[in-house]
Amino acid sequence: MERETIVLLGVNHKTTPLAIREKLALSGGYEEPLAALGRLASISEYYLLSTCNRVEVLFTCREVERARREVLDMLFAGSVSREEVAGCIYQYEDRDAVHHLFTVAASLDSMIVGEAQILGQLKEAYRFAAERKASGLILNKLLHKAFSVAKRVRTETRIGASAVSISYAAVELGRKIFGDLRGKRVMLIGAGEMAELAAEHLVGQGVEEVVVANRTLERAVNLARCFKGRAVGLNELVQVLEEVDIIVSSTGASGLILTREDVQPVMRRRKNRPLFFIDIAVPRDLDPAINELDNVYLYDIDDLKNVVEMNRSEREKEAVKAARIVEEESLKFTAWLEGMAVTPTIIELRRMAEEIGRGELERTLSRLELSKRERRSLEKMVGAITAKMLHHPLQYLKSAHQGVEQRQRIENVRALFCLDQENSEGRER
Amino acid sequence: MSTLLFSVSLTGYLLAMTVYLVFFFSQNDRVRSAARGLFFAAAIVHTCNIIARLVEAGHTPITSVHETISFFAWSVAWCYLSFRWRTTVRNFGTFASIMVAVLMIISAVAPAEILPLTQNQRSWLFPVHASLAIIADAFLALAFIGALMYLLQERELKNKRLGFFFSRLPSLESLDKLNQHCLSIGFILMTLGMFTGYVWARQIWGGRNWHWDPKIVWAMITWFLYAGLMHQRFTMGWRGRRSALVTMLAFCAVVLTLIFLFKGIHHHGA
Repeated sequence: MERETIVLLGVNHKTTPLAIREKLALSGGYEEPLAALGRLASISEYYLLSTCNRVEVLFTCREVERARREVLDMLFAGSVSREEVAGCIYQYEDRDAVHHLFTVAASLDSMIVGEAQILGQLKEAYRFAAERKASGLILNKLLHKAFSVAKRVRTETRIGASAVSISYAAVELGRKIFGDLRGKRVMLIGAGEMAELAAEHLVGQGVEEVVVANRTLERAVNLARCFKGRAVGLNELVQVLEEVDIIVSSTGASGLILTREDVQPVMRRRKNRPLFFIDIAVPRDLDPAINELDNVYLYDIDDLKNVVEMNRSEREKEAVKAARIVEEESLKFTAWLEGMAVTPTIIELRRMAEEIGRGELERTLSRLELSKRERRSLEKMVGAITAKMLHHPLQYLKSAHQGVEQRQRIENVRALFCLDQENSEGRER
Repeated sequence: MSTLLFSVSLTGYLLAMTVYLVFFFSQNDRVRSAARGLFFAAAIVHTCNIIARLVEAGHTPITSVHETISFFAWSVAWCYLSFRWRTTVRNFGTFASIMVAVLMIISAVAPAEILPLTQNQRSWLFPVHASLAIIADAFLALAFIGALMYLLQERELKNKRLGFFFSRLPSLESLDKLNQHCLSIGFILMTLGMFTGYVWARQIWGGRNWHWDPKIVWAMITWFLYAGLMHQRFTMGWRGRRSALVTMLAFCAVVLTLIFLFKGIHHHGA
C-alpha cells in the first residue's frame, strides 16, 4: 500500500514568455478542462489554476511519468507543441509541490510580490475543483492549508504593505501626494506594456478615468477600451493636462514630449492642483525641469527604482519571514502526508490483532460455560493484551526519531507481522 | 486646588507627548491608543484646572502670562481634539502634543499668582476679546503644525529621498486640507477678536481710538498676513508649499504679538 504522489505542473511569468503563456491560458473557464482531466485514469485527485501570470495543475497519481504525459497532452495539445511545453514547464513532487503551492498562495511567487489577488484566484479555482469532486482527501487538506498559510503570511508579515514593484511604487507615491486616488484621472502617454501595468494598478486603486494618448490612435483606442477610458492624439496633450492628475509616460520617442514651458501655464489654469508625472520611458519623455515647478512631482524610472530599493531591505526582512512561514507549514503538511503513508499499515495491524483476538476468544468461549460478567472480563483481557502488544510497534511506526527511514520502518513492521501475505496462512493458522 | 490640577495636567501632557513620540518611532497601534487616552485625560484635567482658577480668581483666568499660555495650550488641545472627531490626519497628534506640552512648560515657568484685574480689564468685552483671540491663535498654531508637516513631507517627495517621514506623515492633500480648515476657522475667529478688541478700545480710550502700541501694530500685521494668504488661497489657488511657508511666517507674527502682549502684562503688573 504505497501512498500516491502529489505532482504539480505549471508555467508562470518567470519561466515562460507572455506569447506562450497566452496560448496556454485556459480562456474557456475551468469546467471543460476539469472534465477532461476527470476522464484520465492515471490521476485520482486533481485541481487546476489559470491566471494571466500562471497555469498550474496539481494532481495525485501512482505513475508520475505517465500521468505527466497524459495531463500535458490533455491540457495543452493543440495550442503548443510538446517540445515547447517541455521547455518552459516546471514540475514539483510531494514536498516541493506543497512548498510551491504555499509560496504561490502566499503571493511570494507573484509578479508583484505580496499582491492579494492571487489568493482569490486560488480559492475560485478550488471551488470549481471541489464542486466537481475532483479534489479528494489529500488535495482538500492541501488547499485549505494553502489558504491558511496565505492568511498567516498576510497577518504576520508586512509583505503586502511595502512597495515592491515600479508600478506599486507609483501608486504608493500617488497616495502620498493625493491621499486618495479615487476620483483622480490618469493619462497614459504611449501605450506600452509597462504603462498598461501601471494603469492597471492605478485603476485598482479606484482611479476614475484613464485617458490614453498615443502616436497611432488605433492602439490608443484599443488600450482605452480595456480601461473604459478615452483616447486622444499626441497633439492634444497639453489641453488634457488640465483635467488629469497622474501622467504615466512611456513612449519610444527619442526627444522630450513635454517640457517645463508646456506644463507651467497649465498649473495656473489648474489652480495649482498637484500633478504627478511618472516617466518610465528610456530615453526620457519628460523634461526633468518639470519637477522644479511648485505642486508638480516628476519621477523617472530611476527615481522609482530608488523608491523600490529603499523598501527593499524592509521587504527582504519580510520576505524572509514569509518564506520561513511557508517552510514551516510545508514541513507540517509533509509530516501529515507521511502520517498518511503510515495510516494503512496501522489500520491493517490493528485489524489483524483484533481478528486474532476475536478468533481465539470465540474458540475459548464456545468450550466454556461462563456468566455474562465473566465473559465480559475475559473479552476485556484479550483487548488489553492486543493493545499492549501493539503499543510499541505502533510507536515505532509513528515516531520520526528511530534512526530508520519511515519507508524502512513500514516495511519492517509489515514483514514482522506478515501484513503483505493477507488472507494467507499467516493470518488463519 | 487649581495649581494641583495644573501640575496633574502638565504631567499628563508630558506623558502623552512621550508616548506619542514612542508611537511615532515604533508605529505600534496599541501605543497610539494609549497616547490618545492620556492626552484626552490630560485635556479634561486641564479644563477642570481652568474652571477652578475661574472660581478662585472670580474672573476669566486670562490675565497673567501663566494663565494666558495655559489657556492657549488648552485651546490647542481642544481644537485638536475637536476635529480629530471629523478627520484623522496621520501622526498629527504627535506634533500637536509636543506643541501643547511646550506651551504648558512655558506656562509652568511663568509666575502663577492671580493678578487683580486692571481698570481696563473690568469690561465684559475683555474676556470675550481675549478668549476669541487665543482660540483663533490655537487654530493658527495647528495650521502651523500642519504646514510644518507639509513641508517635511513635500521635501522628501520633491527630492525623491523617501526616508523617515515619508511613511509616517500623511499625504500632501490631507495636510493641505488641514491647513485650509484651520486657517479658515482661525481667521474668522481672529477677525471677530480684532473687532471686539476695537470696540473694547473705544470703550476704554474713548474717542482716541488709535495707539501706537506695538502689540496692536503686530496684531494688525498678523491679520493682514492671514487675510492676504486667505485671499490668495481662495482666488489664486495658492496651495501647497507656498501656502505652507506663508502660514509658518504668519504664525511667527502671532508669536511676536503674544510676546508684546506679555511685555504689556509685565508692565501692568509692575
